[in-house]
Amino acid sequence: MSISTVSGQPASPGRRIRRFMSDYPLVPLIVLLLLLVLVLQTLSPGIVNPRWLGNTVKFAIPLALLAGCQTMVMLTGGIDLSVGTAATMAGFIVATQSVDNPHGVAMAIALIPALVIGFVNGIGVGVFRVHPLIMTLGTSLIGVGCLQVYQRTVISSGTKYPDFLVWLGTGVTWGFPNALVLFIPVAALLIFIQRRTGFGRLLYALGDNERATRLAGVKYWQVILALYMLCSLLAGVVGLLYVGLIKAASLSLAEPLVLPSVAAAVIGGTSIFGGRGGYTGTIVGALILTVLTTLLTILQMPEGARRILFGAIVLLVTAAYLRIIEDR
Amino acid sequence: MTISPLLDATGVAKNYGAVAALRNAALSVLPGEVHALMGANGAGKSTLVKILTGAIPASAGRIEVRGRAHRVRSPADARRAGLVPVYQEPSLIPDLDILSNLRLTRTPVEPFQEWVRELGVPDLDLRETARDVPLAIQRVLDLARALAVEPDILLLDEMTAALPANLAERVLDVVRRQSRSGRSVIFISHRFVEIAALCDRATVLRDGETVGVVDIEAGVEERIVELMLGAKVEKARRAPSAAEDGGAPSRSTRIAVRNLAVGTKLRDVSFDLKNGEVAGVVALEGQGQDELFAALAGSVRPSAGTIEVDGEAVRFAHPVEAIEAGIAYVPGDRSEALAMKQSVRENIALPFSAAFRNWGPISRRTEGVKVQSAIERLQIDTRAQREVQRLSGGNQQKVTIARWIAADARTILCFDPTRGIDVGTKQEIYRLLRQLAQQGKSILYYTSELEEVGLVCDRAIVIFGGKVVDILPVEIADEPALTRAAYGLPRDAKAGVHAGAQTGAIAP
Repeated sequence: MSISTVSGQPASPGRRIRRFMSDYPLVPLIVLLLLLVLVLQTLSPGIVNPRWLGNTVKFAIPLALLAGCQTMVMLTGGIDLSVGTAATMAGFIVATQSVDNPHGVAMAIALIPALVIGFVNGIGVGVFRVHPLIMTLGTSLIGVGCLQVYQRTVISSGTKYPDFLVWLGTGVTWGFPNALVLFIPVAALLIFIQRRTGFGRLLYALGDNERATRLAGVKYWQVILALYMLCSLLAGVVGLLYVGLIKAASLSLAEPLVLPSVAAAVIGGTSIFGGRGGYTGTIVGALILTVLTTLLTILQMPEGARRILFGAIVLLVTAAYLRIIEDR
Repeated sequence: MTISPLLDATGVAKNYGAVAALRNAALSVLPGEVHALMGANGAGKSTLVKILTGAIPASAGRIEVRGRAHRVRSPADARRAGLVPVYQEPSLIPDLDILSNLRLTRTPVEPFQEWVRELGVPDLDLRETARDVPLAIQRVLDLARALAVEPDILLLDEMTAALPANLAERVLDVVRRQSRSGRSVIFISHRFVEIAALCDRATVLRDGETVGVVDIEAGVEERIVELMLGAKVEKARRAPSAAEDGGAPSRSTRIAVRNLAVGTKLRDVSFDLKNGEVAGVVALEGQGQDELFAALAGSVRPSAGTIEVDGEAVRFAHPVEAIEAGIAYVPGDRSEALAMKQSVRENIALPFSAAFRNWGPISRRTEGVKVQSAIERLQIDTRAQREVQRLSGGNQQKVTIARWIAADARTILCFDPTRGIDVGTKQEIYRLLRQLAQQGKSILYYTSELEEVGLVCDRAIVIFGGKVVDILPVEIADEPALTRAAYGLPRDAKAGVHAGAQTGAIAP
């Protein structure tokens, strides 16, 4: 009655490709990125040159860094909507404080609100168990409110952008954007933290099964507090960089980057439910989003159509990518 | 003339990446039969069940229901074909009351209530929130819910595993009646007694393949075990008993529990756990054993009484404090202990990173050595080690224990670690626990399978109604004695009953 053995049937090419992609989830992302660049070159021959490359990287870096914050938080199954506010506050404050203070002092002052936001987030999520979405949305709104109050006190003093930040944000050396000086060490650090440190391992484990980490002796609030503070601090640094790039401090400086930072992490394969993903994918995700924006800009469509297309492509890419790498 | 099968699955295969969970499984169920599905852990039982019930898609294979090819793409498809499963885990939505749970699956209420009464739960309140219903009763409700839609094929996955004896008996009764009325039952269980009493035939899986279909008759157990284990047929060996392994003369006390009470369940428990022993805990469902283990592991705070570790009183506020005192807890439910999406290595090494001082860079080499030696010691099959959720249940359980071997915990609290895992792995776990005890570690071992007491433990601490009712040395802790003690009967009850039968001689 039992069936004779037909084990070890050879895998079809399709299956093999899927298995390969599931083992190397970065490959399909990079292929997609190159594909987008190719489309761009076809639509507008000659646009892809070293200058364009430098510019793309320059604009992708703040997004990639902010998405780095998001990736870390998403690994634990959370989300941080206050990164935009932390960055905006840092950018706005450094621009206004630099008028009267030495630039180093201004930058230090600018990072304080970011740390406070991170601390409050960490206590709220870690100790009082408020859902991260609500907690960070709340601190984000409070932060913006505080910034408006602050703006009234400095409205007459004008703004000034520290030379170092302008150099970092807009400068190009031998064809490479100077922002890489900040980005490369930070990215290396984030990847190292995620892969090779106890803290990083706890992030994954927490997002996967919080109860199990408790039984293994992990104190939830410690990890969460450290995570949100680290995340906000990094967001603050991004704010400094971004204000140097844009050179126009406003109350919604980095706000437009918040949701793309979530999108970049998700496109990069980080699960919004936690426990899976990593920063390397996020970097490629940020590049994809930046190239996509350029692509849609040169298509000369009305703004509305461009947004519709952008949203649709992000959805499509994410859905397709998750299907490929999950390999059920 | 042969009767055509109600369900006929052939060549079913399922791959997860490079790992084949199921390679070539076949299952054929005739109308009116109770068909056992058996196999060691990791043989592919759960995978086959999930495919049949539409929970996951098959990579290959053909499934026929009543002779017609049937594509099961979702649980709803399977239901329409008349195949209704009762899974190993309770499936009621915890935050809804029972009535809402029934509405959710469009279960007719009247027949449901009838079945519930039939199954031995006379006073069910449909308005009760599912979360508040005891686990054993939830299982019964799951079954009643399945029966109420009158399925042609009922699939029971380890239905009796979490049930106390009286409820299990009712369940078996109902299954028998089901088959008499011409319906079929697929029955998955590790308990030979039940299978012998209940089933007509058994399909045996090994390594993802159907290796045989046998008729259940006297003496078939040996044949099934042979099929399940394949080449490595090995008689269950008794672990050395306490007397044999030297019986160290003066074992010091590791943990002293005095008058411990937790909430309303655990009321007054005192015992000593000594270095170098495996102390068994025996209790019926819900007698306070969960609370006892949780208190010792630092998960809940006791409401009264003391715990002393190495002579010093302790009050744990968080599991980490118990771990620092060298006390590790292995929960019965693997999903409570494992980060399922992480690798074997990360799971085993998880406690290393827990403390704030260990958040820094991980030394790959030292960690690798510790993890590897734990893996080797437990013989964990690491072919699918990138994600623990792809390991078989038995291997997952080994990972939960390996973690504390690697962390070198001095005391391990094992809560029913062999529930729902195969014979071979059980033997390995018994052997390991004995070895650990010989090395001077202490182990507290709760088990719901009484024969394990004789195989692993030095003593059996019996808890009933939140109190220790007896502590039996292993020599006299056979199943009848333990059962009597677990129901709160005195140790010489047997003699009393005998005497009573011969008209009323009362013990002096």
